[in-house]
Amino acid sequence: MATTLAKAADGVGTATHAARIEHVSKSFAGPAGQQLVLDDITLDVAPGEFVTLLGASGCGKSTLLNLVAGLDRPTAGAISTDGRPALMFQEHALFPWLTAGKNIELALKLRGVPKNERRGRAEELLELVRLKGAHGKRVHELSGGMRQRVALARALAQESKLLLMDEPFAALDAITRDVLHDELTRIWRETRLSVLFVTHNVREAVRLAERVVLLSSRPGRIAREWTVGIPHPRRIEDTAVAELSVEITEELRGEIRRHGQH
Amino acid sequence: MASTETTAKDKDGGDLAGLEAGLDALETVQTGRTPFRQTLTQKILPPLVAVALVLAVWQALVSFKIVDDPTKLPSPGAVWHVLREAWLQGELLGYIWTSVSRGLLGFFFALLIGTPLGLLVARVKVVRAAIGPILSGLQSLPSVAWVPPAVIWLGLNNSMMYAVILLGAVPSIANGLVSGVSQVPPLFLRAGRTLGATGLKGTWHIVLPAALPGYVAGLKQGWAFSWRSLMAAEIIASFPDLGVGLGQLLENGRNASDMAMVFEAILLILTVGIAIDLLIFSPLERWVLRSRGLLVKG
Repeated sequence: MATTLAKAADGVGTATHAARIEHVSKSFAGPAGQQLVLDDITLDVAPGEFVTLLGASGCGKSTLLNLVAGLDRPTAGAISTDGRPALMFQEHALFPWLTAGKNIELALKLRGVPKNERRGRAEELLELVRLKGAHGKRVHELSGGMRQRVALARALAQESKLLLMDEPFAALDAITRDVLHDELTRIWRETRLSVLFVTHNVREAVRLAERVVLLSSRPGRIAREWTVGIPHPRRIEDTAVAELSVEITEELRGEIRRHGQH
Repeated sequence: MASTETTAKDKDGGDLAGLEAGLDALETVQTGRTPFRQTLTQKILPPLVAVALVLAVWQALVSFKIVDDPTKLPSPGAVWHVLREAWLQGELLGYIWTSVSRGLLGFFFALLIGTPLGLLVARVKVVRAAIGPILSGLQSLPSVAWVPPAVIWLGLNNSMMYAVILLGAVPSIANGLVSGVSQVPPLFLRAGRTLGATGLKGTWHIVLPAALPGYVAGLKQGWAFSWRSLMAAEIIASFPDLGVGLGQLLENGRNASDMAMVFEAILLILTVGIAIDLLIFSPLERWVLRSRGLLVKG
């Protein structure tokens, strides 16, 4: 749990955790009766901490994120968060009937921000994701990377303490993804948000996180976790990132192999 | 690709903004307006040529005496003459206005009823199970079937006309909204919920705007049905006190065995129907689709 960055320790809010997941299990009704997807997950995200959830397909990482987001209820166990978390998806999920700026303003409106403040706040958020001047752009006029940045700005507009990200960069090309990693790290450090980031990309997990949590598959259990002590700024091609990635990948492969043995 | 990554690696932080601006510039698609010449040759000219062709064939049928009976097929010139006469006597606009005002007013009422009805069917499961199938079934019932009962219930008056329009258009409008709502991507609903748009807020901010393309398609069809129903009602239930609309004009032409007048009425009905669609509903649909990037050029 020890974080390498001092800033997480001095605390953002009064809460001791941004998210607390306690003995959470989730099962769905499947063709073969009840199917256990998540099994006894216990995980805390500290204020200001960046945690990645890593796992192969079927480990229930997206299910866990949905539970934390409050979109679904756990079968057993309890989840508490410091306020309502913001959620970003693999698809940008921007509303195509609104401009980029209006998408952000809708988030502000739903949060109860007065009308005369919304425009200015939206411009600020667009500037934060380096899209100054994109307020009036239609969603389809933006590139994939720009859309995800607007989606990030919209999520930030919720002013949640916790940002949940469900493979937000998986559909982007490698160059754009690399740039967005830098961007996300910068914004995370500026805003002191807590981030719970789901991915199946080991390098990405190590590149971004202070802590990497590996989930096993079917059912999803916490297999192991690593504290990432590599100082920022990091690059995805850094040797330290590569070395830890190799170690984690070995573990991940071991987890996957177990499923082929019976 | 590898070289780009290495250059990016050399400097950090300060260079990121520039790198990102470069990527944005590279990946943004530039779209301009289609040149007028292209619109002319691809969009405007073909239908005009088609109309000219129909007129030529029609004229040929009369000129070469292939159909040599003006009581069956009047010449284009004769129909033009009737139209001109009606215009010069100041009656033409009256015919058109009588029908168009009825049609649009009826459509407006259909809109007021069909929209909440569609929303109710789309959002409330029990209502959907109960009247959803009836609503879509009603679309296949020709609205002319409603004319006799409407006459018996309401008599020969304007209310009867409006009733027939409503019965024709309400199912289309409601169904358009229902299919629009059921095609809303679940992702939008989830995104809306995480932003706090639940319940009525969710309906107003997410579901309705997301369903707009389907709804507009329903409106378009609703107008076509309104217009058809109205013409059926005017033809069947023509009554001097109701004023002469296009349907009555057609019926009057038949009674007088005046084929040129019948053709005049048919042409006007067709033209008005197309014109309203072209002036109101098609631009509305194009605007909705274009603003969402759903209109494919080409």
